[in-house]
Amino acid sequence: MKTSIFLGTVAATTLMAGAGMADTLADVKARGELNCGVNTGLVGFAAPDANGNWTGFDVDICKAVAAAVLGDPTKVKYVPTTGQTRFTALSSGEVDLLARNSTWTFSRDTDLKLDFVGVNYYDGQGFMVRKDLGVTSAKELDGATVCIQTGTTTELNLADYFKANNMSYQPVNIDSNAEGEQQYMAGACDAYTTDASGLAATRAAFADPENHIILPEIISKEPLGPAVRHGDNNWGDIVRWTLYALIAAEEYGITSANVEELATSSQNPEVQRLLGVTDELGAMIGLDKDWAKRAIMASGNYGEIFAANIGEQTPIGLARGLNAQWTQGGLMYAMPFR
Amino acid sequence: MTDMSAPGNPTFRPSMLIYDRRYRSMTFQVIVFILVMALAWWLVNNTVRNLAALGKDFNFSFLWSRAGYDIPQTPIPYTSDDTHFRAAVVGLLNTLIVSILGCIAATFVGIIAGVARLSNNWLIARLMTVYVEAFRNVPLLLWILIVFAIFTEVMPPPNAFRGDDPTASMILFDHVALTNRYTAIPTLAMTNDPGSLDLGARITFNWATIAFVAVLIGGWFVRRMIGAWAQRVQDQTGSRPTTWWMSLAVMTVPSLLLIWYFGLHMVPPELRGFNFTGGLNVQNGLVALWLALTLYTGAFIAEIVRAGILAVSRGQSEAAFALGLRPGRTMNLVILPQALRVIIPPLISQYLNLTKNSSLAIAVGYMDIKGTLGGTTLNQTGRELEAILLMMGVYLTLSLIISAGMNIFNSRVKLKER
Repeated sequence: MKTSIFLGTVAATTLMAGAGMADTLADVKARGELNCGVNTGLVGFAAPDANGNWTGFDVDICKAVAAAVLGDPTKVKYVPTTGQTRFTALSSGEVDLLARNSTWTFSRDTDLKLDFVGVNYYDGQGFMVRKDLGVTSAKELDGATVCIQTGTTTELNLADYFKANNMSYQPVNIDSNAEGEQQYMAGACDAYTTDASGLAATRAAFADPENHIILPEIISKEPLGPAVRHGDNNWGDIVRWTLYALIAAEEYGITSANVEELATSSQNPEVQRLLGVTDELGAMIGLDKDWAKRAIMASGNYGEIFAANIGEQTPIGLARGLNAQWTQGGLMYAMPFR
Repeated sequence: MTDMSAPGNPTFRPSMLIYDRRYRSMTFQVIVFILVMALAWWLVNNTVRNLAALGKDFNFSFLWSRAGYDIPQTPIPYTSDDTHFRAAVVGLLNTLIVSILGCIAATFVGIIAGVARLSNNWLIARLMTVYVEAFRNVPLLLWILIVFAIFTEVMPPPNAFRGDDPTASMILFDHVALTNRYTAIPTLAMTNDPGSLDLGARITFNWATIAFVAVLIGGWFVRRMIGAWAQRVQDQTGSRPTTWWMSLAVMTVPSLLLIWYFGLHMVPPELRGFNFTGGLNVQNGLVALWLALTLYTGAFIAEIVRAGILAVSRGQSEAAFALGLRPGRTMNLVILPQALRVIIPPLISQYLNLTKNSSLAIAVGYMDIKGTLGGTTLNQTGRELEAILLMMGVYLTLSLIISAGMNIFNSRVKLKER
């Protein structure tokens, strides 16, 4: 018994040794599968459907990266992570990429040794309450009981917001979004707080979404984006430019439907470079020239992914807002492909 | 005369380290010791090198930075501006609160259930069997979750107490409100507050509390002196003086005087805004965890108590009955004192189990040390190894302290062999 524990520890430490100095691209190619850390279940962002297939806004990032690197968007192993386990899963090498509505902050980028490669959703923290509570502003929540997921930036923002406004509150600490939903529905808390997009997604899953309102105050900046381990810059570049490829594709009107056609017919030099018609951009990050084309074909460009998973036509019904293209007054801005 | 070396003292040759039985065991012990040490060194070295490869250093300075999060239940003053260290201390105190409450309650439940299971009353004995088997054989986490779910789903929310015709009402003369968030109970207040003893670090003890504790401890000593005096009188004259009213008086009269002096009274909770205020809100997380730990560990203690009683030979109780002792007195005076010797050692490990099991608290949102240091702090700072090592150290220390305390108690009640 003692020996087996001992050997287990030895094995675990040896495995950790592997993670530290790995070349992630080579590992993923050798494995033939991308390990992608996603939410344990947030409808619209990452959740398994009735057939057990993962779908969602974050899931499509995983698919695009798998398509670019492995040539097949289905070669992804989805690893559900909670707010508590996500960064450990990434830094220990259990996942190659974390696409799990995680906020890009200074200390996570530096002290936790992660690299956020970009932003795929500009979000902010909001509050959801029952309509019959009669509350119309977060400023009226003095003395309220608030459900909050532990280990998140929202937990810190909540403390700061109530302190700054000289209000008191009673936190109810929960472990996952599902548990938060349950507590909130049972009335164990007056308000549920998390990113506004998460609130919209949670509310969409309720039986009576019309009885709940999301308060107008957005109390924080929550830039959500995919993250990779610090130190493997080439892998970071691949994920970053795959994300930019999806954003640029929307800007230049490249969709999953017309990408093949544009690859042969487009005279726009930027489109030609992006789709690998001219220049060998793919080779610079260790991929072939069609990498971006495959990424776009996986689930479409950024706008298509947004519309299909969380856009106004879906039950979640999020407007583009800050997440519109820079040409439309939003913040989505892909760096030039040159 | 032939030269012969002494038989027990042959010249030492290295091969004797293996072939000579006198040295062999020592040789193997030295080899195993070296191997274990080498493996330990390799593990530590490997961990340090891998941490360095990940770009992480090993230090505890994160404990002194601002925590930034709030904790629902804070036995000592705590705000989000305090350090991670203070948050860890708050978590530790929460662990201690639920563990101590749990150990006390589980002991009562266990003794009652254990004795009742041996009862001659068929129904009581069978009921206790059902209780013991149900709680012993279902994982603790499920009991915690189900108790918590019952509280959350069955109890009314605080706003059900509002309005002219509320759907829920407070119990015990409008002093206690059971809600799906907490149990609101009255708090104690004083009209003549003596102020507090400041221990630094914003930890204070009210002088009134100290006075009450001092009076109770003093009363207990006086009671023992009265008992010793009664024993002396009985030894000299043969008749024991009636002392129960003296004992009662020294235990209660000083406390009553203090209550009168400080003007101690209860402030009932009052629904204001979203929640009850004014009173003390005992979180459902704590109550659910405490109840589940109590009932679960109580089932194990019941079995230990039953085993202890059965270990006392039947002749003992028969002799007691023959002397004319009633069943209750037989249990208290003859059987339990002997059974305790068998009961205490396994009871220690049940206390240790309960304390360690309290780390399941986060399942119901109760912020114990696993929730603060091992939960939010670990997450916000990313110091997994440091936080986990600290927690292991804390639980180890707690367990050793409980163990030491119970061992002292055990050595006092165990059979004195003379």
